[in-house]
Amino acid sequence: MPKQELERNENVIPGEWHVRYKYSVGKVAGKFFDGLKQKKILATYCSSCKLSFLPPRAYCERSFEPCSGWIEAGLEGVIEAATIVTAEFENLPKPPYAIAYVRLDGVSTAMINFVRGLDLSDVEGAAERLKPGTRVQVLFKDAPEGRITDFHYVLPPA
Amino acid sequence: MPNNRVAVIGVGETVFKTRIDDKTYVELAQDAAKAALDDAGLTPDDIDAIVFSMAPTQFMGVNDVDKWAVDSVWASGKPFMRVHTGGATGGSALHAGFAHVASGMFRTVLVVGADRVTETRDAQHILNLIWDPFYEQDFALNTVTMTALSTQRYMHKYGTTEEQYARVVVRSRKNALNNPYAHLKGNVTVDDVMKSPRMSWPYKLFDICPRSAGAAALVLANQEVTKERCSRPAFINGIGGTTSTVFMGDRVGPFSDAELSDEAEFVSAGKEAYADAAITNPIKQIQVVELYDPFSSVQFPQLESLGFCKRGEAQNLSDEGAFDMGGLVSVNPSGGTLCSNPIGVTGLVRVADAALQVMGKAGQGQVAGVQNALATAIGGSVQFVNCTILGADYV
Repeated sequence: MPKQELERNENVIPGEWHVRYKYSVGKVAGKFFDGLKQKKILATYCSSCKLSFLPPRAYCERSFEPCSGWIEAGLEGVIEAATIVTAEFENLPKPPYAIAYVRLDGVSTAMINFVRGLDLSDVEGAAERLKPGTRVQVLFKDAPEGRITDFHYVLPPA
Repeated sequence: MPNNRVAVIGVGETVFKTRIDDKTYVELAQDAAKAALDDAGLTPDDIDAIVFSMAPTQFMGVNDVDKWAVDSVWASGKPFMRVHTGGATGGSALHAGFAHVASGMFRTVLVVGADRVTETRDAQHILNLIWDPFYEQDFALNTVTMTALSTQRYMHKYGTTEEQYARVVVRSRKNALNNPYAHLKGNVTVDDVMKSPRMSWPYKLFDICPRSAGAAALVLANQEVTKERCSRPAFINGIGGTTSTVFMGDRVGPFSDAELSDEAEFVSAGKEAYADAAITNPIKQIQVVELYDPFSSVQFPQLESLGFCKRGEAQNLSDEGAFDMGGLVSVNPSGGTLCSNPIGVTGLVRVADAALQVMGKAGQGQVAGVQNALATAIGGSVQFVNCTILGADYV
């Protein structure tokens, strides 16, 4: 082993963290996740500024009023931003994959998810197909579990 | 601006590189503190309070590491606080230190911090965990993918090319050759950038900052101490900052109130700082900017939101050399964040490098005749932004 490498190893001690959590879901996210089990995407709505939010919020952050109700989002929408990930990151999915912020019909804000079913071997070609303004559809799992990963986006059939 | 005026009278930086294994984290912070005190001609006893600049501590692996650093930065027996706004931390810490002195509560404040981003194997693992576990964490958001998303949107709006971003990398690494502390430096070509491995479209490896270890510190002083101790200080003439929702999906589309791809939060943060510092025409009055730019695409929207040019124009000005050393405005003479990113102090390094320019201490990278310099920082999901204007004279 080269001397430099030896010295470096002598100057390093290893460490690891193992931490577990139980995150409280609360009423608002709870209702959203119950909706997913029925293959519905539920957004909160503020009657004062006429905005609807995904992810849903208890409070409208523009009017500072409690959101007044719920609406059902359309299961189609428009890409606002997208990327194709080709680098491998620890604890994240194996590349390649595409992610996009999509504004579902009837909702004011965009929500991130994977865009699947797209050939990602040609990155530039795939990027061309995911430009802002592109229409996409929501595709649910056969048996949703009440998690955000119950659905993803797909490009409509050509 | 408050009545009690504030100046930077001492600057300390360590070298920035992948690993610094011959020192512990706190010894590294101490090196910067000592360098800043020496530069100011002060001893630890001359400092009234300490602000510690540190972002997530999971990179270096000691929970809330500021408590370990107390003795090393000579804070025992004095007021001490840590400031943390993600990547914006260093700028926010500087603003806290500024407020300490401007309020009249303290005569001198040491703002100091250190980071070691490669103590853990993959910083992006940790950065993914800054998103909530209900709606966003599952989709591989991290600082690379989040800025790739906003960049794709920016390119679509303004027709920016990957080569235009590559030119920013070329300029930054060339500038960094003049900075003895910079991590990445050298003469690379647009072709080198374009041929580096694809990471997250449109980013290639060279579009992305390194993970750095290193430390920085600044000594801030009131008018009286400044007059006694420093013949050529950098006066803090303006500060501005604002905050946005964590949800980037709220900041895209027709209903957004601060467009993500434009880094639009800098419009209000900039206005605030410019009003303080009597800046009405940034490109004419500011000679140096030290922008927080961990990715090659972060400069253009920032320069536009800060009023250096109109929307969509920065890419062409960049191509024409307007942001080169000695151009219309010298952008990141230090090489910027693209060349060195010790996250917990990066915003502080921006202020330090801007201060060195005003103080005439920037060595090989000195820009001639610097009257005003601007430093910025960005944190969270591009949601914490701040600006600091340093001047050669009090405004």
